[in-house]
Amino acid sequence: MTDLVLPLHSLHRRLGARMVDFAGYAMPIQYEGIIAEHQWTRSSAGLFDVSHMGQLTLPLAADAALEALLPGDIAGLKTGMLRYSLLLADNGGILDDLMVTRREGDLYLVVNGATKVADLAHLRAAGLDVTHHEDLALLALQGPKAVAALDRVVSGVAALTFMRAAAFDWEGVPLWISRSGYTGEDGFEISLPADRAEAFAETLLAAPEVRPIGLGARDSLRLEAGLPLYGHDLTADITPIEAGLAFAISKRRRVEGGFPGAAIILAQLAGAPARRRVGLAIDGRQPVREGATVIVDAAIAGLVTSGGFGPALGTPIAMAYVAAAATADGTRLQVEVRGKRLDATVVPMPFFPKSYVRGATI
Amino acid sequence: MTLYFTKDHEWVSVDGTTGTVGVTDYAQGQLGDVVFVDVPAAGTSVAKGAAAAVVESVKAASDVYSPVSGAVTEANAALEAEPALVNTDPERAGWFFKLTLSAPDELAGLMDEAAYKTFVASL
Repeated sequence: MTDLVLPLHSLHRRLGARMVDFAGYAMPIQYEGIIAEHQWTRSSAGLFDVSHMGQLTLPLAADAALEALLPGDIAGLKTGMLRYSLLLADNGGILDDLMVTRREGDLYLVVNGATKVADLAHLRAAGLDVTHHEDLALLALQGPKAVAALDRVVSGVAALTFMRAAAFDWEGVPLWISRSGYTGEDGFEISLPADRAEAFAETLLAAPEVRPIGLGARDSLRLEAGLPLYGHDLTADITPIEAGLAFAISKRRRVEGGFPGAAIILAQLAGAPARRRVGLAIDGRQPVREGATVIVDAAIAGLVTSGGFGPALGTPIAMAYVAAAATADGTRLQVEVRGKRLDATVVPMPFFPKSYVRGATI
Repeated sequence: MTLYFTKDHEWVSVDGTTGTVGVTDYAQGQLGDVVFVDVPAAGTSVAKGAAAAVVESVKAASDVYSPVSGAVTEANAALEAEPALVNTDPERAGWFFKLTLSAPDELAGLMDEAAYKTFVASL
């Protein structure tokens, strides 16, 4: 199967990216190298093309119907604000994680690229009048210097705070910009017409602070930030409570319920799930990968769902689902890699501190 | 000292029945930033074409196949402290292991430097 091509394809090629298949699209995995790109994003500003993600809109009146599919308070979401939420199955498993924004005229959803087709079918089956905006590109500008670089091009974005969004204009091109991202750094996500994305990306890349960053560093950045990746750390067999995402169950919804799997999820919230997602710091230098077995007291006690090397930490780190008895911070356990057992410690996440620019408490 | 190459982008430098094995510059470019190398200990028997070492980049683990059969005599201890040698000097300081060849006639099936360069150019 030929990979689908995204709006910035020719720009990636011109910038020397190595392209790989990801979610059916040809995507840049790296430009100069994952470690250099990772460190650049942590110290300056990195530009990511995330146009493979699904950009959807719903009528404002669909908020109640949307709440029947996810545990977030959408009715109470204020205009210009984002909420992280989860599409749930009836057993409480996670079908996708997504961002929901209430705008003046609609609800704007950003869903994962690999799941967007299934998400569309799921939303439509629930009777929602959903529009898939395939004519939009999505860029992320992330890092401590993102605000300065973007504000020079799009005056006023510096006034946004974390998880807030607004409409902007760049040379007549409509931009929808949120202060959000998936790297643990301060930064922005910019939705814009696909046919103007290359010109806008090149304008950002002309800034001395900004370099293009591939999917490889996007993965190592989100891993260091302790952020779970759908299809790996989150699946239809994992509940939000097991995943450590209780914050995504809004206060009102905890009282009212009415979302798929509510009985199971609220029971786990009140008690304790049998397993939980934890961070692991691995002794030594050898990385552990997704699929590696976690051993506690010589017995299998869990599974690694994401693992690699943390470039800003200089050590191997991982996320794993581990039996409740072994989830306390400081617990010593082992991870089996190619028949060898590596010692590891349960540690709090994020592995690397987040640097969000928060506004007033919401 | 004669240099041979495989289609899997390993090299072996041979002096009599002693060989030194590593990965090529092309391979390190494909692997990306190397953060760990799992090399076979002295005494390990390796077979031509079988996985003998594992190289871990930030993103993934990849097998390295032995170009020839033999008994490992030395692993490159320098890679433990500085795995990035595989990126910076893959065909010299970034060698993986040395071995005593048990079937030197296997070398006949490998490429010389000119043939390997032609092969890489065709990729």
